Amino acid sequence: MADEVVKFKVTIDGIPVEVEPGTTILNAARKIGGDIVPPAMCYYSKLEGSGGKCRTCLVKVTKGSDKDPRPMPKLVASCRTTVMDGMEVQNITSPEVVEARKGVVEILLINHPLDCPICDQAGECKLQDLGYEHGAQNTRYEFERRTFDPISLGDKIQLHMNRCILCYRCVYVANQLTGEREHGVLYRGDHSEISTYIEKALDKDFIGNVIDVCPVGALTDKTFRFKNRVWFTKPVNAHRDCPTCSGKVTLWYKGEEVLRVTARKDEYGEVEDFICDTCRFEKKNTSDWVLEAPTQVDKESVIGANHYLQFNPPSVIKENKKLQAANAEQLQRTEPLK
Amino acid sequence: MQSLTNRKKVIEQKPMNIWERMYLPAIAKGLSITLRHFFKKNNTIQYPEEVRPYSKNFRGRHSLKRDEQGRERCTACGLCALSCPAEAITMVAAERKKGEEHLYREEKYAAVYEINMLRCIFCGLCEEACPKEAIYLDGPHVTAEYVRKDFIYGKDKLLEPRFDITKLNEKE
Repeated sequence: MADEVVKFKVTIDGIPVEVEPGTTILNAARKIGGDIVPPAMCYYSKLEGSGGKCRTCLVKVTKGSDKDPRPMPKLVASCRTTVMDGMEVQNITSPEVVEARKGVVEILLINHPLDCPICDQAGECKLQDLGYEHGAQNTRYEFERRTFDPISLGDKIQLHMNRCILCYRCVYVANQLTGEREHGVLYRGDHSEISTYIEKALDKDFIGNVIDVCPVGALTDKTFRFKNRVWFTKPVNAHRDCPTCSGKVTLWYKGEEVLRVTARKDEYGEVEDFICDTCRFEKKNTSDWVLEAPTQVDKESVIGANHYLQFNPPSVIKENKKLQAANAEQLQRTEPLK
Repeated sequence: MQSLTNRKKVIEQKPMNIWERMYLPAIAKGLSITLRHFFKKNNTIQYPEEVRPYSKNFRGRHSLKRDEQGRERCTACGLCALSCPAEAITMVAAERKKGEEHLYREEKYAAVYEINMLRCIFCGLCEEACPKEAIYLDGPHVTAEYVRKDFIYGKDKLLEPRFDITKLNEKE
C-alpha cells in the first residue's frame, strides 16, 4: 500500500503553498516565486551544506505550526529553517524583516570596497542588487576597511579578497565538484580570508565554477578581466558535445567575438549545470559551439540594454545598391577624405 | 462671410497722390533710418575674439578630468557609454601596471576613450552617470572640421592638461 504523500501547508506573506516535509522556507518561497522570495547570498541549492552564513534571507515566523501556534522568538534564516505544517511566515510584509535586512546589508558592506566601476562582476552582482533593493543609501562606517592585494589563483582565476563576503560557496564547489580542495578559509572571525596556502595555483577541472558561484566579484575570470563591461556583451545560449560536462553554456558576445563563457544561470543566479574548465576557458570561438538562442534576460537587468532577441539584428542604415550607383561620383570624391 | 472675431481690419487702397508718386521723399526717409543706425550700439560681436558671457550650466565639449595628483580619474566603468542616449561614447579598458600609479588613479583605466561629437547631443547624462567625477562638459563649442572622422575625439583632445595645483597661486 502506497503511503499518501504528506504535504505541509505553509503561508508566506499570505500566499499559501503546499510543500514536502523537510523543505526549507526559502525553497517554499521559491516555489511561489515573485517578490516574496527572500534574497540569498550564501545559500546555493546545488551545493550541499551551503547557507546560514550571510543572514540576508531572514524571515519572521508568526505562527510555528498548527500544533504549536506560538511565533518563533527571533527572526530565522529561511535557508536553514524547515517548514512545519500550518506555518505562517512573513517576509516583505513584516517591517521588522525589512529593517533587519537593511542592517545585514550594511554589515556585509562594511569591508566591501564598493569599487563597482572597476569590478568585472558589476551588472550581474548579487550584492549590488541586494544593496540597491534593501540597503541604505550611505555608509555609516568611518573606519579603514580591510584591504588585501589581488591574488592570482593560477592563470585563469583572479581573487580579490577585498570584495569577498565569506559565503563559503567556492569552498563547497571545490569540495563537492573537484577531486581535491586546495583553497579554504584561513583565520577566524573578522580576520577570515579565502586563500590557498602559499598561493598555490588552482588547476583542478571544474574549479572554474567558483567564478560562477561567487555572488560578488571576489573570484573573477582572468581571461575576461577588464575586457568589457557585462552590460555591453550579449549573452547567447549554446551547447557543445563535451565529454566531461553537460556542455550547456552561455556565450557572452561583443560583436563577433566571444569574450567569456559561463554556465547558464537561473533567476536566482544559480547555475543550471556546472561546466568544465575546458568549456569555460579554452573554447572561445563560435565554431566550437552550436548556438541556440539569445539568453532571456530579466527585463529589469542592465544586461537587457540593447538586447536583441534575434541573432542578426537588421543594420541601422540599409545598404541601397541603387542609391550607391546613383551617387557613385560623390562617394568617389569623399573616398580620399576618409 | 462674417468673421469669427472682430479684429479684422479692412484696408482701403487708394491711388497714390502726387507727393507719394515723386518717390524722392520716401527714399530720403529710408536713408535717414539707415543713417540713424550708424550711430546706434552694435548688436553683433566679433565672435572668436570677443565672447559673450555664457550661462553657468552651459554644456560644451567634454573634458576628462585629473585628480589633485594629476592622475586620470576615469576608470573605464562604461556608465557614461551606457547612459549616452546617442551612443556616442566608446572605450577600451586596460589594467594599470606596477609603476603607473602616478598616471592612473584606479587599477583599471581607459586606454582608448572616444566620443563622436557628431553623435553627441550634449545632454550631460554622461556627466551625471560618472561615479568618479571624471567627465565634465565644461569646454568650449566643438569646432568645425573638414572630415567626419576628425569629429571622433580621442583622449588626446579630451584629456585635461596636467597642472600643478600647488603652483596655482605663484603664477598670479
